[in-house]
Amino acid sequence: MSNEKIQRREFISLTGKAALMAVAFGGGGYLLSRNEYAPPRLHSLIHDGDRSSPADSAYPDVAAVRSVDHAKATAVAIGLIGGIGRFISKGDIVTIKPNIGWDRTPAQGANTNPELVKSVARQCLEAGARRVTITDVPCNEARFTFVRSGISGAAKEIGIDLIMPEQRHFVRADLGGEILGEWPVLRHFLETDKLINMPVVKHHNLTQATIGMKNWYGVLGGPRNRLHQKIDISIADLSSYFRPTLIIIDATRVMVRNGPVGGSLSDVEIRDTVIASTDQVAADSYACGFLNLAPDSLGYIADGAKRGLGKISGYSLVERDAG
Amino acid sequence: MPADRAPAKGTNGNIIRIRWIRRSSQAIFLILFITLIYLTEFSFTSIKGPDEVITPSPWLNLFFNTDPLSGLTTGLASWIVYGSLLLGLIILVGTIFFARFFCGWICPLGTLNQLCSSFSSERESRRVVRLIESNKYHRYQGWKYYILFGLVALALLGSVQAGLFDPITIAGRSFGLVVIPALNAALTGLANALSGSSVGFISLIGAGIFKIASGTLIYFKQPHFQGIFWLALIFFSILLANRVFTRFWCRGLCPLGALLGILSRYSIFGLHKDNEKCNDCNLCLLNCQGGDDPHGSVPHRRTECHLCLNCKAACPENALSFRFQANMKLYKAKPDLTTRRTVIASIAGLAALPIIRSGESFAREHPFVRPPGSLIEEDFLKRCIRCGQCMKICPTNALQPALLETGWEGIFTPVLTAQIGYCEHYCTLCGQICPTGAISKLDTKTKIGDAETPPTKIGTAFFDRGRCLPWAFGITCIVCEEWCPTSPKAIWLEEAEVVDQNGEIRNIKLPHIDPEKCTGCGACEYVCPVTGKPGVYITSAGETRDPNRSLLLRKKK
Repeated sequence: MSNEKIQRREFISLTGKAALMAVAFGGGGYLLSRNEYAPPRLHSLIHDGDRSSPADSAYPDVAAVRSVDHAKATAVAIGLIGGIGRFISKGDIVTIKPNIGWDRTPAQGANTNPELVKSVARQCLEAGARRVTITDVPCNEARFTFVRSGISGAAKEIGIDLIMPEQRHFVRADLGGEILGEWPVLRHFLETDKLINMPVVKHHNLTQATIGMKNWYGVLGGPRNRLHQKIDISIADLSSYFRPTLIIIDATRVMVRNGPVGGSLSDVEIRDTVIASTDQVAADSYACGFLNLAPDSLGYIADGAKRGLGKISGYSLVERDAG
Repeated sequence: MPADRAPAKGTNGNIIRIRWIRRSSQAIFLILFITLIYLTEFSFTSIKGPDEVITPSPWLNLFFNTDPLSGLTTGLASWIVYGSLLLGLIILVGTIFFARFFCGWICPLGTLNQLCSSFSSERESRRVVRLIESNKYHRYQGWKYYILFGLVALALLGSVQAGLFDPITIAGRSFGLVVIPALNAALTGLANALSGSSVGFISLIGAGIFKIASGTLIYFKQPHFQGIFWLALIFFSILLANRVFTRFWCRGLCPLGALLGILSRYSIFGLHKDNEKCNDCNLCLLNCQGGDDPHGSVPHRRTECHLCLNCKAACPENALSFRFQANMKLYKAKPDLTTRRTVIASIAGLAALPIIRSGESFAREHPFVRPPGSLIEEDFLKRCIRCGQCMKICPTNALQPALLETGWEGIFTPVLTAQIGYCEHYCTLCGQICPTGAISKLDTKTKIGDAETPPTKIGTAFFDRGRCLPWAFGITCIVCEEWCPTSPKAIWLEEAEVVDQNGEIRNIKLPHIDPEKCTGCGACEYVCPVTGKPGVYITSAGETRDPNRSLLLRKKK
């Protein structure tokens, strides 16, 4: 500056910058100001969990096959309800949801038999699926559970994706149920063309049995330990939202007491049966028999039937012994 | 550094090359140390098949096993040199021949201290004057010996507190429980923020970070540790002290350095000064790490020297050399200690224990839960060096560093905090990783028991009937029973009719604990849906490790 007086150009530049700053802060503050706190929504809600297969009267609702060769039993059971080609088309993204809840070995019967999972995943690949993902949100430490359940070995053997859930894998979905509204759901169960539910039949002290409908607990993150307060309604809510393409129930080793965790081989009965179905309620109703339970004594099955999710009785059934 | 620019005469070119070897050695050991701590995580253990026992690699404890201070103090306290702690002899024997090479070439905390040592001043001349003054031997360098004597005296009485001052365990704790978890949080936060962006390519970068770093740099689960503030404060105070005195920790406080210093009095290798060649330029002092008086006309203090070779590299007159069997008269082999202070320090150590133990914490019952396989408390405190490895490897993050809940004697020892994580039924990793045997190695059968063997109990669960949903409000719940991992379950259910707030009768299942079957794993407390404070909780009551604390009166077999 040559003298003490401010130059015109300088004055304009300075006041201009000051004005811009004032507008930026003032305008920004004004735009963000609210009378009440409403947090910004990070993820858009996803609204659809329905992956059910169209009804086909040519096939039975439920097929149950008994064989000591569990892979064979699985193949025969799927064959009886139309074969994998009925469910999986070329280029499909398929997500398989076994029960991988607990840090237990396959022999202890707390998780879905890995032989069955392997067999189903392989058939999906053969039917032309573009991608097959196996995942679950386990109760126990995931890294123990996935390995000890034998599922991670099975996935590796056939070379497909096994997703261990991490915080970033969850999206919020509006389940639109009676008591279940917005919940974090593992995105792989939503971002898929086909959804295969692969539960195991076992005892549960509160619901009497954990089979297919109860298996949907494993898609949720968040404080799901609170759901026990209204366990039957929450299971029916989940089953209303998540409609699987196919249900394969593992009744090869049935945990008849100390469920759903077990831990002792004496808790397990060997039944060597695989059930295939397209009807969630019918499949669970049939599988109740392995625990000597009447389907209508289970609150969530009765509720599911009342909601029209499937048949609690009067479903068509084929049973076969494949040796 | 001015020394690097000092004119190299004679063999100085050679020594500069050797000094680069020293720097590489420091870098390699520091990186190796951090890598091993980083790899001490459940995801990196070998677990392949359903029936396999998970084992951590024995290499993970390399630094803790070769730490002679841990071997010495746990050995003196328990008269057992556990596991691979005998490897500390490698360092001890090496020190007898080559003096404190460990401090200058290997110690990870020493390397960090060296990296953080620097002075700043507005004028170079002033900086140099300060540095020379600071790098001369100071009386405070004797403190570390007194600390060592105090720790040894404590160990002889059966309390190992060496881990609080040991540079290897300090670095282990600081990296394992503070630095690595914090970096993990930073990287996850960054990737989350980027991938949450609505701008396409920014969210792609975030997704890319996850893709590359998940399972490697980003752990499967973010670890959380209590008292991280205190751990960080100690670590960064040690590092910042270097800005005032070069390697203040190493020179003044490190008990491992003191142990090695005492042993180096017999070393046959060290600095030799040619006082006739020395022209008192003090360039050696400018670069001295140990504060061992390498400059002219004073005896070299061999017990303080880190063998960093900086002095020799800096000497323009070629007056310094490192050689075998240097003239014994030209250096001081013994640390600068007074008998009176040595006695006082030892007595202080000896007196500290009765003072600690006559405190209230030894009369009062404590609820804290130790990891499965922990020795009885008295023996546990003879072994635990607070390295943090058990907490680092615990797959559920259940093991936490104690602050004062285990008394003054147990600061930073592991306690199981069920509200953060529970003890996985089949997991025995904490005992397998423990380098000192404070937590013993359990096989699966000993841990979970079978028809003949009772399980290893770490405590017992109790219902808080004023908070438990079924007991307090007549609301259906029993998540605890669902999760209970024992077979048959340690939580049993009573079918009961309760009256609700409207006077209506409800049928409900009320949970109870069977203290015979409960192992105290804390899964029930962990999953209890009652927020704030759980409706079921574990305490150490009935823990197997202490027969005097068994809950039930039972005749011993």
